[in-house]
Amino acid sequence: MKRIYLDYAATTPVDPQVKEFIQPYFDKIFGNTQSVHTFGQESYKIVEQARNFISKMLNCSAEEIIFTSGGTESNNTAIKGVYFATRNFAGKHFITSTIEHHAVLEPMKFIEENFQSEGAKVTFVPVDSSGIVNIDKIFENIRDDTVLISIMHANNEIGTIQPIKEIAERLKKINQQRQQQNKHKIYFHTDAVQTFGHMKVDVEELGVDLLSISGHKFYAPKGVGVLYIRKGTRIEPLLHGGGHEFNKRSSTLNVSGIAGLYKAAEIASEVMQEENKRIKLLRDKLFEGIIKKIPDVVVNGDMEKRLVNNLNICIAGVESESVLIALDNEGIAVSSGSACSSGSLEPSHVLLAIGRDPVLARGSLRFTLGRFTTEEDIDYVLEVLPKIVEKIRKISPIYKKTQ
Amino acid sequence: MQYSEKVMQHFMNPKNVGEISDPDGVGTVGNPVCGDLMTFYIKVSKDGKILEDVKYKTFGCGAAIAVSSIVSEMAKGKTIDEVLKFTREMIAEELGGLPPQKMHCSNLGVDALHKAIQDYLSKKKLNPLLCRCPFCDGDLPCAEIMECKKCKKQIVKCPSCGKIVEYKDICTHCGGKLR
Repeated sequence: MKRIYLDYAATTPVDPQVKEFIQPYFDKIFGNTQSVHTFGQESYKIVEQARNFISKMLNCSAEEIIFTSGGTESNNTAIKGVYFATRNFAGKHFITSTIEHHAVLEPMKFIEENFQSEGAKVTFVPVDSSGIVNIDKIFENIRDDTVLISIMHANNEIGTIQPIKEIAERLKKINQQRQQQNKHKIYFHTDAVQTFGHMKVDVEELGVDLLSISGHKFYAPKGVGVLYIRKGTRIEPLLHGGGHEFNKRSSTLNVSGIAGLYKAAEIASEVMQEENKRIKLLRDKLFEGIIKKIPDVVVNGDMEKRLVNNLNICIAGVESESVLIALDNEGIAVSSGSACSSGSLEPSHVLLAIGRDPVLARGSLRFTLGRFTTEEDIDYVLEVLPKIVEKIRKISPIYKKTQ
Repeated sequence: MQYSEKVMQHFMNPKNVGEISDPDGVGTVGNPVCGDLMTFYIKVSKDGKILEDVKYKTFGCGAAIAVSSIVSEMAKGKTIDEVLKFTREMIAEELGGLPPQKMHCSNLGVDALHKAIQDYLSKKKLNPLLCRCPFCDGDLPCAEIMECKKCKKQIVKCPSCGKIVEYKDICTHCGGKLR
């Protein structure tokens, strides 16, 4: 049977070139980067090469990035790290949006729930119906004791790209005033897991202090990521131990993973522009085909300020899981929202945040295209999906055709 | 999460899908916001004993559709008394098991079918098995949680053993979870 993967936002396969590149780093160049001998030096060399390359891509210095186990750890380190480093003298208030990934929402809730007695508080700001965060609401909610704003670069479910630069510019002015008033700086974190390796991510241009990256979203192996920490940003490590990564993240370095992330980033920086053009054409073809062939479908999120590989729709009268399973049965892999929430019965928090009717929200489908998606794949989906939807709608007690 | 082969068969080729235009009874259970929604339609034989036709419409996951299909198959041609003894466990077993998270929200077929039978019985003003309070014989409304009009006790049908019991945390008859 044909197998078509359209869930690249959940994870990507390791690029064959990356797979090839990292082979020596399992058994030939395997030393501990902190060892003095040649084995250790060889590993150290590739890690530093990776660090230099990634930091150049991010437009920061090599000492400003640490390697982590992935996006979840980077987000947790940014949020809990700032809280634990500043709780005693600066502030305890955080601002984030309602459409963040669970790897941001949950550490935020953890802090609020566990440190309530010392005044920890999180404000969740809403997004508009197109899935873009309300900047004014962020600034209305800033308090004297605010220490961190965390807004994702692009949303993982609906792909909307957030106005990080605008937020940073406004925040810069506020931070200048605060400096004169002897108040602590408000740090700005962005979860760039969906964007790094897919579009330009420049920390100076974006104006952020902290930025999270995950390798497996851009054809590197799973289990490796990066956290950018602007020089001077106070952060307490999550992992204490041998003092690796400038004392910010102890743990023997994942040399093969870091080598993979390096190679994947190098490929991304070379092919990104061409690849995005190709993927956007395919995504638009998929979108237009669906709208033409299936009545009563709505798109979720802004179509312009959006990742080029993402299409997220709601299909009236059906429940996502039944469509997912029927598609899977035909060899097509898509998702209802984030991989973390597939199989849960609750409608997606992102779709509710953009104001979707909760019943309609249960019929969401997310298609995310990638490097290995072909036009034939899209044609096949456009042939199979309408039949499946028609069949499931026939069973549905709530679908009344509107056209 | 994995579905059994039987679930997949019923999901891919559901039996008895549809509505009955002049049904003898209709029953809907569930909630489309955070669970599944099922409506069952029944046609009863002239002597009032046998379910001659059973159809349904279902909004929900693969399990919900498979459950509806197998319930309709199991019930068609059986007597009302036999069908009233169906439990959620029987359905799950017949399907070769259901993932645990699907037991509560998707395994609603029996409840919807029982509600359709209640609807039929109450329309016929027959002594409805489910519509009399087991404690004081007072009138019960046809609902999932029925409050007796006379003694004000809250009554439910235990999804595990099928007995009509007072609505508490666990079933007083079999110990099964009620809420």
